[in-house]
Amino acid sequence: MLTLVCPVCGAHGDETDFHAGGQAHIRRPASHDPEHISDQEQADYLFTRINPKGLHFERWRCDRGCGKWFHAARDTVTLEFKAYYGITELPPPDIMAQARGAWADYFKARQKAAAKAGAKS
Amino acid sequence: MSKPRRLSSGGSRIDRSSRVSFTFDGKLMSGYRGDTLAAAVMANGQRLFGRSYKYHRPRGVIGLGSEEMNALVGVGTGARHEPNARATQVELFEGLAAVSQNRFPSLSFDVGAINNTLSRLFPGGFYYKTFMWPKVFWKHIYEPVIRKAAGLGVAPEGRDPDSYEQIHVHADVVVVGGGVAGLAAAEAAAVMGARVIIADENAVLGGISDLEDGTIDGAPQAEWARAAAQKLYDAENVHVLTRATVVGHWHHNYVMIAERVGDHDPAIPKSGAPRHRLWKVRAKQVILATGALERPIAFANNDRPGIMLATAVRAMVQRYGVAPGEQGVVFTNNDDAYLTALALKEAGIAVQVVDSRARADGALPERARAAGIAISTGSVISAVKGKLGVEAVKIASYRKGQGRVVSERSAPCDFIAVSGGFNPAAHLWCHNGGKLTFDEGLQSYRPGSHADAIVAVGAAKGTMALADIMAEARAAGEAAAKVALPKAKAAKLAKLAISEDARKPLEAIWFAPATGKYNEGNKHFVDFQHDVTVADLELAQREGYESIEHTKRYTTFGMATDQGKVGNLNGLGAIAEATGKTIPEVGFTTFRPPYTPTSFGAITGSLTKKLFLPVRQTPVFDWHMMKGAVFEPVGQWRRPYTYPRDGEDKHVSIAREILNVRNNVGVLDASTLGKIEVKGPDAGAFLDRIYTNMMSTLKPGRCRYGLTLNELGFIMDDGVVVRFDDERFLVHTTSGGADRIAAWLEEWLQTEWTDYRVFVTPVTEQWAQFAVAGPRARDVIAALKPSFDVSHEALPHMSFVEGTLGALPVRVYRISFSGELSYEIATPANHGRALWDALLQAGAPHGILPYGTEALHVLRAEKGYIVVGDETDGTTTPDDVGLSGLVSKKKADFIGKRSLEQAHLKAPNRKQLVGLYTENPEEVLPDGAHAVAEVKDKPPMKTIGHVTSSYLSPTLGRSIAMALIENGRARMGDVLSFPLDGKVVRATVVDPVFYDKEGARLNV
Amino acid sequence: MQPRYSIFSLARNALNYHKDWERAWRSPAPKAEYDAIIIGAGGHGLATAYYLAKNHGITNVAVLEKGWLGGGNSGRNTTIIRSNYLQDPSIAIYELSRSLYEDLSQDFNYNVMFSPRGVLMLCQTEHELRAFKRTAHANKLAGLDCRMVSPQEAKEILPILNIDPQCRYPVLGAYYQPRGGTGRHDAVCWGYARGADQRGVDIIQNCEVTGIMRDGARVTGVETTRGPIKAKKIGVVTAGHVTTIMDMAGVRMPIESQCLQALVSEPIKPIIDCVVMANTVHGYMSQSDKGDLVIGGGTDSYNNYSQRGSFPALEHTIAALVETFPILSRLKLMRMWGGIVDMTGDRSPIISKTPVDGLFVNCGWGTGGFKSIPGSGWVFADTIANDRPHPIAEAFGLNRFAEGRFIDESVAAAVAH
Repeated sequence: MLTLVCPVCGAHGDETDFHAGGQAHIRRPASHDPEHISDQEQADYLFTRINPKGLHFERWRCDRGCGKWFHAARDTVTLEFKAYYGITELPPPDIMAQARGAWADYFKARQKAAAKAGAKS
Repeated sequence: MSKPRRLSSGGSRIDRSSRVSFTFDGKLMSGYRGDTLAAAVMANGQRLFGRSYKYHRPRGVIGLGSEEMNALVGVGTGARHEPNARATQVELFEGLAAVSQNRFPSLSFDVGAINNTLSRLFPGGFYYKTFMWPKVFWKHIYEPVIRKAAGLGVAPEGRDPDSYEQIHVHADVVVVGGGVAGLAAAEAAAVMGARVIIADENAVLGGISDLEDGTIDGAPQAEWARAAAQKLYDAENVHVLTRATVVGHWHHNYVMIAERVGDHDPAIPKSGAPRHRLWKVRAKQVILATGALERPIAFANNDRPGIMLATAVRAMVQRYGVAPGEQGVVFTNNDDAYLTALALKEAGIAVQVVDSRARADGALPERARAAGIAISTGSVISAVKGKLGVEAVKIASYRKGQGRVVSERSAPCDFIAVSGGFNPAAHLWCHNGGKLTFDEGLQSYRPGSHADAIVAVGAAKGTMALADIMAEARAAGEAAAKVALPKAKAAKLAKLAISEDARKPLEAIWFAPATGKYNEGNKHFVDFQHDVTVADLELAQREGYESIEHTKRYTTFGMATDQGKVGNLNGLGAIAEATGKTIPEVGFTTFRPPYTPTSFGAITGSLTKKLFLPVRQTPVFDWHMMKGAVFEPVGQWRRPYTYPRDGEDKHVSIAREILNVRNNVGVLDASTLGKIEVKGPDAGAFLDRIYTNMMSTLKPGRCRYGLTLNELGFIMDDGVVVRFDDERFLVHTTSGGADRIAAWLEEWLQTEWTDYRVFVTPVTEQWAQFAVAGPRARDVIAALKPSFDVSHEALPHMSFVEGTLGALPVRVYRISFSGELSYEIATPANHGRALWDALLQAGAPHGILPYGTEALHVLRAEKGYIVVGDETDGTTTPDDVGLSGLVSKKKADFIGKRSLEQAHLKAPNRKQLVGLYTENPEEVLPDGAHAVAEVKDKPPMKTIGHVTSSYLSPTLGRSIAMALIENGRARMGDVLSFPLDGKVVRATVVDPVFYDKEGARLNV
Repeated sequence: MQPRYSIFSLARNALNYHKDWERAWRSPAPKAEYDAIIIGAGGHGLATAYYLAKNHGITNVAVLEKGWLGGGNSGRNTTIIRSNYLQDPSIAIYELSRSLYEDLSQDFNYNVMFSPRGVLMLCQTEHELRAFKRTAHANKLAGLDCRMVSPQEAKEILPILNIDPQCRYPVLGAYYQPRGGTGRHDAVCWGYARGADQRGVDIIQNCEVTGIMRDGARVTGVETTRGPIKAKKIGVVTAGHVTTIMDMAGVRMPIESQCLQALVSEPIKPIIDCVVMANTVHGYMSQSDKGDLVIGGGTDSYNNYSQRGSFPALEHTIAALVETFPILSRLKLMRMWGGIVDMTGDRSPIISKTPVDGLFVNCGWGTGGFKSIPGSGWVFADTIANDRPHPIAEAFGLNRFAEGRFIDESVAAAVAH
């Protein structure tokens, strides 16, 4: 049984005190541009998942504590938690750097997009 | 064979002054306090304990404690019976009733033994090759026979009268095992101030120190152990657990300890104390001091009663003063077993040693020689005479690796003490992925690397010399304490003067050649309980089941209740020899929790009966009970289904409740209805995202029915939303959905629309809420001195008012799920009962009666209102149930909106909600009945939809049903066929609103 | 060619102490090229190879296995076989599978001990009762032999059942499939392996796929720890590890891998002669021919590749079963373990072509894989052989997620597989 630490209230508890919320950093297209979403984009948003053997990024809720959602980086093989961070935040850079495969691609894309946005403004 | 075997003196564990009588297979026997059942039965001259699993061979005790896999017995009777208890761990108490297992009709004469006679036909995995013809025979002949033979003990009868409990604790250091290593490690950690838990599966600490020869500070090591244990008992920061087996180790150092609180004394559970207690410990550091398990040697018929592990024989003599027999042979490949020879000699029991090694010149063998014990080196036991017990053996000359007997001689004896070396008990090391490495010296696996904060010390790590064990254990204890308490200073422990006879290396022997050509037909057992022999393992290799996992599964090697504790390595060694591989090349199967079998009662703890899943109760639950309501589970609630009057049939009472709502007035406990307050400047905008329809436009003081979808576009929940003022809404949900929807709102608020300034507060339990429904509902409210105007003009349908009824603060929602004039009145929960009573009193002149959930369902069905979960099933869209009007076209986005555009969700032939009138108005379609496109005389028939709700409507005096039918709305007037057993029910498709279509009764 | 297994061959071999039995399957070295490669020698992969050879005459096939055959979920499940599902596509695949199990032992001359002892699914809420009635009607019209039974009938089928109406979740009835039951999971894999091997299929164990070779839009072979192997058709059947393999081909999957746990009790004399499922309390149980009670629980709620589940996931199941079968309390847990299951968005499997030509995938069986092995292999082999979905496989295509055409069995009162 896992133990977690809530980055919001600091509660340190068993996994039964928390609620696992699945993959993190999934962008909901309808919140941004509801008019232009292809069926495939919608299906990807709903179902396609990064399912790595190794470092993974997830959403958890501090169920029996402050009730807040937060992000966690966890290894799906050793089940070791590498980092906890805010629900609106990206992983700490050193952890993000350890991402492999689909996650590495994802974070690269995010950073590129951010850079573009920065360039515009 | 039934001559008493208690020695006249000796027995460190027993109290000869206190006799204990007990029964074994109904036979009255007597022993002493401190005996194990194994010792006591043997003391009474019986060594036959049970029958093996496959060949039903007679078996006796082989081991010392929890590794025992032969002497499994049933203990206790009736509801307190426990099957498969290990006789070596069962502590004797007055009146103990034990029975042997897996034999018929009796232990000494067992018809199942025919399997042994035929065993040549039954090699490993034989059942995969036969019993296939004729086909039907498997289910009706072969399997029943096999199943009859299956299993060992019998299950108890009835509900377990005993109780169980669980404890959750944190510890700095958990020490597993109370032998000298565990004691030393615990002491070292404790003196540094660490909070230590030390757990041992036996009744007393000390491990097998009392059976060992080494001394500490000039005294037997057992004395040091006794003193060290006492110090731990006295220490404030140490918790000592005995009869407590550490059964599992999981992620993040989650350690589980199964404590057998009451098994040794039935008075304890009878007094109300738990029988077992499960400790769930979160440890900063774990120290494994689980010692090592002696392994046997595979020789022909090495399973006969009277053949025991050498340490177990020593324990019989020294702990219990029991002689295993009159004349013994010690068969060994190492020096330790000579301690057993010496112990036997000292107890006056004739003994000789057979040592497979060419030379035996270590200190212990020399001591044995000096004591006049005959030693045959370069020898093995090649045959055992006797079936129900050892009668004699053949001793053959042997050189390492020799496969066949060249010369042999007979030797009389009636018991054998065997030792093939020791295997570190590394099981827990592997539970959470620890690695093992093969130790050439031990010829066994020992702990290697581990990712968790866990270390192994002493014999558990393969360290066998006492001095090394103590040094290693103390260092580990200190290091563990340091990790847990970085500031703690290392405390100085007195240096120990340790002396012990040095051991010469053992010489592995995995197979002792047997009398007879090529060992044919001889049984060299490596898994005693499952009757797996070396020949079976070789057969598995020959047939290509080479992966050790294949071998295990094909032969059932290591799958018995001891999970391979005793014979596992012997098997691996035999495979290695047979295939010319090294043992590491052969590999090993994973050890998994639990270390020893653990009662389901302990795992359940107190979560039984009422505590299994506590019932949620509304403020008037007691009243419902008092009135003899029939209940139905709804989520975690139990809601009144109906209120039958004395002797009244359920259907009668339901019809009565319905008609009373239609004609007079009824009252329903709707407190279970989910209630969530949503407040904040952005509450309206937020609810617009959640609901399919517009909520931000709702006027304060008004109510609006809303649908919530999941992101797949399917209906998830529904309910009435009330707006108190600009920034405050109350969201009603279904009873089952309350918690889910509250969490759902929070999730979206926190994870998607994080900029919204909104608070979500579930208030379901804060309010009691009652529906007063029926044409005379207003009269009832009016009679309660409302602080507000209840006229239709002032309080129209779908409106809200807050005020008082008499002294009671209330929120009144004029909403209806019955189609009648109806008010849902909420009051703070603590006023709930008062309001309920007031309503019944004020309503009495108007004929008010309580109604239950079934009446509620019929009332709503007559009106064609859907129930989420009945008319919807998680694949239903708003349009499917005719509620597309509630789906806003204006809103750019709400949860589920985009998915409603996916091809299949707007497909033309989807199932749509319709009403049904059966041709025979008396006929009530069964729930879930399916309509077919075309009736055929036999299946398969294509279905076009199913009945979602079906009732006999007392209001309309006929049956009504709602159904989801492909293209249903286009089929109005069509007659559909529902094939049921032996008949076809025909029904006409109609509008799902059966009663008061224009809603006149609502607006009065 | 292998001699047939029978009581006679047993007797014959007994004469010289079983020293002449041949290997059940060869241990060949990989060839440079095959007509088809199946990745994963679990039940589904081996069955696919077997039916490719037997039904379609495609025998130049290799089954590549990272570890040992049958070593994944095929050897870790609770061996339940049933077909009484709600949705038509599910009924089709699971009933094909169940009916193939009926004759499987005879078909490949290896006793899989298919035991149609009956599957009893308890209804413990009004809602569950209604949902099962709906399933019962659907199944009847589909031609399945199933029926609803009363609490009393249920107790006759399963005498240790607690039908006290006062208990927390009273048994209101049960849904019964008499021809459902169990089978010997290892034997299913071994029988398919032996049958495929006899027909010329190469089963190559300890051979891990490390890459998928592509030529533009189509596959050309695989990279393995034993060198590259060419093939124009590749079937991926790797359950919990399907994402890892499909990532190599650049195909993203709607899959999450979680740990599903099971456990066995100590062996006791028979007390349960059927399979019982209590879905309201998330537990299911049967008794093996060895006498162990075989108990399955739910999955962990988070992704997990460790094959070690968390204890709380099992505690609830055990508490629930003790409440429903009080005599369990004094019996003992002997062994628990976990398997990595592949969960799809709608909890139904995927048997499908992929955007990459020649690449086929069969996965997503989640908690229901064992019962479907023969049917899954049958339709997947047909799909690979003919390069188009078998009629039964059509509903299980990857495209269903974009169309919103889900196959949701959970609507039948969250029935566990």
